[in-house]
Amino acid sequence: MVSQLEVQLVDSDEIVWTGAAQMVRARSIDGDLGIMPGHTPLLAILGEGEVVVKGIDAAGVTVTVDGGFLSVDRDQVRIVVDRVLTRSA
Amino acid sequence: MGAQMRVYRQRIRSVKATQKITNAMELIAASRVVRARQRVLASAPYTHALTGAVSAVAGHSHERHPLTTEKGERTVAGVVILTSDRGLAGAYSVNVLKQANELIEKLKGEGKSVRAYLVGRKAIGYYKFRDREYVDSWEGFTDSPTFAHAQEIGDRVIADFLDDSQGAADEIHVVYTRFKTMVTQEARVLRLLPLEVVDADDAIATEEGYIAAEAPGELLPLYTFEPSPEVVLDALLPRYVANRIYTCLLGSAASELAARQRAMKSATDNAGELIKKYTRMANQARQAEITQEISEIVGGANALAESTN
Repeated sequence: MVSQLEVQLVDSDEIVWTGAAQMVRARSIDGDLGIMPGHTPLLAILGEGEVVVKGIDAAGVTVTVDGGFLSVDRDQVRIVVDRVLTRSA
Repeated sequence: MGAQMRVYRQRIRSVKATQKITNAMELIAASRVVRARQRVLASAPYTHALTGAVSAVAGHSHERHPLTTEKGERTVAGVVILTSDRGLAGAYSVNVLKQANELIEKLKGEGKSVRAYLVGRKAIGYYKFRDREYVDSWEGFTDSPTFAHAQEIGDRVIADFLDDSQGAADEIHVVYTRFKTMVTQEARVLRLLPLEVVDADDAIATEEGYIAAEAPGELLPLYTFEPSPEVVLDALLPRYVANRIYTCLLGSAASELAARQRAMKSATDNAGELIKKYTRMANQARQAEITQEISEIVGGANALAESTN
């Protein structure tokens, strides 16, 4: 079985995107982060920038955010952002 | 003649006009309360994720952070009071203010001086009319608050809390209204700062304002913190505070609309009663008038008949 990431992208008002993904790319305040299945548990603070979720079957989402955080635990990825500034599928 | 009836008809017309307004307000509140409740539900995933992350850091690293640390001697307490901007919502704002006054009395009894932060025009009006002092106030968004509003309030109280000079706040309380059901909302007090990190063994404590250090029956993973636990905690806690305020604002907004809907419903019902009463009185007046006219005619005819005899 090919492992995949369970991604939940939420902002203060709603769930922005949720589903299975192959990869998540985000910008932490220390630099760019790439998350793939099997990543070690991580809690990172996100800075201003792009969050790219590459979904299974290419149905992903790209958002620009103004800050938030990201947690990874057993292929469960939670991306919590304050505000989604722009969004494209 | 007919004067009485005119007065009643006039009253019925005016009550009917009022009834139309209260009825419209009831319908508006009813539709908006649904949206407000959806927003409360929609904000839950964020709260959940944030609480999970905060408890992960707090449980993992036992970091001391200024926001979670009790100050040695607490002499000044900040009280954030969430009321509505507009009236016509029954006892909604009054209940909050009453609860706030009780809290303030209690705090004063403990020898603390109180600084008030007001949200909503009703609270501001209440304080202005009584010439009471307050530190800061916000208005204009109580029935549809956004996260930015919560952040603004959060930043302000955090700044005061972290300010170590004399006269700044040593603890922060929030008085808000909790939305329980459509018919019950209650004014509540939440101690916002310093944040309490406790080993909560149930979810109820989390709701009451504690950070659960560990989720029940679930071991927290050993997170790597990027860049470091201190920085992560530093970034998370202000968000956590803002989120708590946001939750309170959303609950209060839903409560306000529900209270308004109920108040307007009873106003509409009362107007209906009043119309019924005045209609009866108008009918009675008309009947009395007719009776009088008949007796006048009969009396006149009798007098005429007698004079010809």
